[in-house]
Amino acid sequence: MWEIGITHFLVLSAMLFTLGVFGIFLNRRNVIVILMSIELILLSVTVNLVTFSAHLEDLAGQVFSMFILTVAAAEAAIGLAILVVFFRNKSSIAVEDISTLKG
Amino acid sequence: MRPFEAPALTPAFPEIFLGLVTLFLIILGVARKDEDSTTVTNFSIFALIAVAAVMFRFSHETFSTFNGMFVTDGFAVYMKILILLGSAVTIFMSARYVERQRMARFEYPVLILFSTLGMMLMTSANDLISLYMALELQSLPLYVLAAMRRDSVKSTEAGLKYFVLGALSSGMLLYGSSLIYGYTGATNFNDIAAALTTHEFLPVGVVTGMVLLLSGFAFKVAAVPFHMWTPDVYEGAPTSVTAFFAIVPKMASLALMVRVFMGPFEPMVDEWRQVVVLLAVASMALGGIAAIAQQNIKRMLAYSSIGHMGYALGGIAAASEPGIKAVIIYVTIYMMTSIGTFAIVLMMKQKDRMVENIRDLSGLASRQPMIALSMAIMMFSMAGIPPLAGFFSKLFIFQAAIDAGLYGLVFMGVITSVISAFYYLRIVKIMYFDAAPDEGIDPATDGRLNAVLAVSSVAVVLFIVIPVPILGAAGTAAATLFSR
Repeated sequence: MWEIGITHFLVLSAMLFTLGVFGIFLNRRNVIVILMSIELILLSVTVNLVTFSAHLEDLAGQVFSMFILTVAAAEAAIGLAILVVFFRNKSSIAVEDISTLKG
Repeated sequence: MRPFEAPALTPAFPEIFLGLVTLFLIILGVARKDEDSTTVTNFSIFALIAVAAVMFRFSHETFSTFNGMFVTDGFAVYMKILILLGSAVTIFMSARYVERQRMARFEYPVLILFSTLGMMLMTSANDLISLYMALELQSLPLYVLAAMRRDSVKSTEAGLKYFVLGALSSGMLLYGSSLIYGYTGATNFNDIAAALTTHEFLPVGVVTGMVLLLSGFAFKVAAVPFHMWTPDVYEGAPTSVTAFFAIVPKMASLALMVRVFMGPFEPMVDEWRQVVVLLAVASMALGGIAAIAQQNIKRMLAYSSIGHMGYALGGIAAASEPGIKAVIIYVTIYMMTSIGTFAIVLMMKQKDRMVENIRDLSGLASRQPMIALSMAIMMFSMAGIPPLAGFFSKLFIFQAAIDAGLYGLVFMGVITSVISAFYYLRIVKIMYFDAAPDEGIDPATDGRLNAVLAVSSVAVVLFIVIPVPILGAAGTAAATLFSR
């Protein structure tokens, strides 16, 4: 009676993506949460690609998701490194303290 | 099972060479015990110029390799020469500045080289996977460069902001890519184009994916409404890094947009054109209006660059051969003027301390007439006053847009161009007519900056006399995209 099809995966991925985007914009407290939201976005894309790859019976999507995993690791490393130097200067990683530059 | 075939490496020779040189420079920088980074800096400038020289002799024919993931043609060759020269000049003119700001570490030129490599791959990307990898190779060093002054709150904050928004834009671009892959069944641009032309109707998924992809690109070129990071990052980042941000990555991102929207998405021109027109008009308007209120010259140039990208996007919206030719000419001239302008911003110091306020330029004409004259040339060119190069770049864009029937865009373009002339000319007024303060800008003693400034001023002024090399090269570069 419950058949898990491509739609379910795509909806899951869209929900994860939306959660990630809202996590970046609505989050007012901590930069670490923003980094987690970025990971969430990248993982939602991976889910999407693997779903399509299985559906199309084409391997390119899975290869793509491998590359995304690699880049996500590099991106997290750079993000955390920048966060550490910022923390050294400002002694805080609260989002409302990232306001020296007025935009 | 197909037997393994080694990919042809010749079309990617410049990239392979640059990559190897960069890795070698890392080892060289680590192996040297002293803190001196001059060797690595000079070596990297030399490598960039050498690769650019090779590119001048490179074949303009279309080759693709690595299973169609990488393509080189006349357009790629032209854009790569621009990118290489732009990077070489920014490293060249920032040498003294990075020493003074105590950020003269060998990582600085190496990061610029990695980013340049990513940009070269971007202009040659012919697959969603290689597009994403090249884009990340370009962006990741840029985040680090923005935070290069580790002891400065502003610089690290700029790096953090750039990182968060850049990662978000990459995420949107990726989500768009995944939708395009899912609904066309291909990641290669040629296969996507084939899938899009055979479909009777356009699946909603492809359009959604295309719009997400476009918003990712808009982030990278800082088009409104995806521009929020630009003023903060430009102000916070060290000035030499800001010069790099303003000049080189924009050209690469525009080249990538041209490649994607004139390539696989060419059949969907009616769908993407309205989005690009919207981005272009919004960028032109915001670039023209928001810059007026700025006191910091780096912030002002940030808004100015947003406006300039709006005009360049107008050329892409025309989606025709003259339009692409106009975009290529626009970025070439934008590069010349931006290099000159940032050379002057790098000169702005009082008693050996960098200053960034526009007011600090007052009375420059009486103290240093040549510098003031060059700045005036740059500002007149950016405003688009006729005999200078900036006028022609806008003219070609507007011509192409009118031919494509985009009258609204041209109307807005002319209006915002007049509005933006206000803040460009205000700088000229401050330099020439405002009373000089007791402490003016220190005399320009950096020979490298003076040389760069002189060359770019002459190029901007003489464009009207000898425009043929640029116009001809841009014409052939644009033609290669349409000959297929």
